[in-house]
Amino acid sequence: MSKIVQGLYYTTHHDWVKVDGNKAYVGATDYAQHALGDIVYVELPEVGEEFGVEDAYGVIESVKAASDAYAPLSGKIVEVNSELEDAPESINEAPYEKWLVAIEMSDASELEKLMDASAYEDFCNKEA
Amino acid sequence: MHKYIPNTEADKKSMLESIGVSSIEDLFSDIPAELKLGRELNLGEPMSELELVKHMNELADKNKSDFVCFRGAGAYDHYIPSLINHMLLRQEFFTAYTPYQPEISQGTLQMIFEFQTMLCDLTGMDVANASMYDVGTATVEAAVMAVQNKKKCKNVVVSKAVAPETRLILHTYLKQNDIEVIEVDTADGVTDMDKLTAAVGDETAGVIVQNPNFFGVFEDVEAIAGVAHDKKALLIDVVDPISLGIVKRPGDIGADIVVGDAQCFGSALNFGGPYIGFLTTKSKMARKMPGRIVGQTEDTDGKRGFVLTLQAREQHIRREKATSNICSNQGLCTLTVAIYLSTMGKSGLKEVALQCMNKAQYAYKKLTESGKFKPLYNKPFFKEFALTSDVAAADVNAKLAESNILGGYELECDYPEAKNGLLFCVTEKRTKEEIDCLAQVMEVNC
Repeated sequence: MSKIVQGLYYTTHHDWVKVDGNKAYVGATDYAQHALGDIVYVELPEVGEEFGVEDAYGVIESVKAASDAYAPLSGKIVEVNSELEDAPESINEAPYEKWLVAIEMSDASELEKLMDASAYEDFCNKEA
Repeated sequence: MHKYIPNTEADKKSMLESIGVSSIEDLFSDIPAELKLGRELNLGEPMSELELVKHMNELADKNKSDFVCFRGAGAYDHYIPSLINHMLLRQEFFTAYTPYQPEISQGTLQMIFEFQTMLCDLTGMDVANASMYDVGTATVEAAVMAVQNKKKCKNVVVSKAVAPETRLILHTYLKQNDIEVIEVDTADGVTDMDKLTAAVGDETAGVIVQNPNFFGVFEDVEAIAGVAHDKKALLIDVVDPISLGIVKRPGDIGADIVVGDAQCFGSALNFGGPYIGFLTTKSKMARKMPGRIVGQTEDTDGKRGFVLTLQAREQHIRREKATSNICSNQGLCTLTVAIYLSTMGKSGLKEVALQCMNKAQYAYKKLTESGKFKPLYNKPFFKEFALTSDVAAADVNAKLAESNILGGYELECDYPEAKNGLLFCVTEKRTKEEIDCLAQVMEVNC
């Protein structure tokens, strides 16, 4: 059973979202890192780029596959976790600590469309 | 029996029966009739082996293959050590296709690994891919990498002293990517620095320079790299790999991506192909590099082994996002390069480069002695130099051909300003006698 953290929002792409004021930190869930396997490369956008919901903002590449990372919310990138450039494998080690980007939300009501921890747990069980 | 295929009618009949169709035509029933030729191919009658060898020899005899070659311009007549064919023609290498189950092909992987390692050493870069078609495609792929590297870019800048063919290929490709190719004029045989500085802007992804350039002249790569880097553009350096035996490594003078054609490393002229493009770059660009990389690792028993460690995944998984359609490499030519460099070694390559340069200097001196032929440019060069005279270039070459000499490349077709210009190339294969003979014919007969 993958680890799921209470108090976060979740997406069907297995991303977690942690809200901090008008900022949303986005990362990959434990389920996602298990599915991907050893992560070897993360390609992130630049600060200032804007994305809509479901826009691909980056790439996570593992030894098995390359997957797009989709924006869970619309808004502007205000921070990127550049330490992942040299240590992408840290996502495997601590998925809920290693956020990928921080988005300045342009419409906080979009959060209502995301899952909470228990809905995400059901979703994962169905996926499995 | 078919003209070229050895199966008998009985063979065909039994094969067709076993798959449940009545004729070969049935196998092509999904191709609309109007697309089919509707007749036999217009080919000659079959021949016995003896007749065929005779026929091919007659065709080959029509070639002027005994000319002494003083022409380069991208295709070079360098010495090919006899060791190469002994290794190259081994069937394990010669008949092998691209390794789809790569780890089974340890020999092929090791050969590619050695190729990459030596190319990185030579160019002063961190990573090399497993080779590309030729210098043109390698340059294009480098340009596409530069575009990938810089968001919101709109153009790449290329010096007109980059080979004309390479620039044509660049235009063809980049048109599809909506990237403008800005060409920069030359001044006295090198890239015009003022014009280059004016052309390179914030929206420039990469600057492409050839060194030594198409005219054989050395460019100030460091200064050009400075212009590129000031605008956060990458410097793409197109090199003559033979020159790397004696000149500073591109990686040490500001190049971000190094490309070139390694035909000069052991491949024959081959009527213009197959040649072998190479591309090397810094670690930080490795993920953007097309093609594949072979890595060295250990198996579960700790034994050394080779793996395909990084191929642009998009080519297999996310093809709609691919930035390159290169997923092959010039395997046999790669092997040629690996054998050539292993045979020559560092000192051997240095010797080849020095001989090219010294002999080219001697030829230049001999050909310009009387003043009948004048240098087009007054700049340091490697193994090629451009001359001009009052005689049309084609006439000079016609006279040289009468003496079984392949004269210089006629520059006017690509560079109208180089009136009566001839680009001569002198490799380590040329002897003093051959050079003296060239000078004699040009002086007396032209």
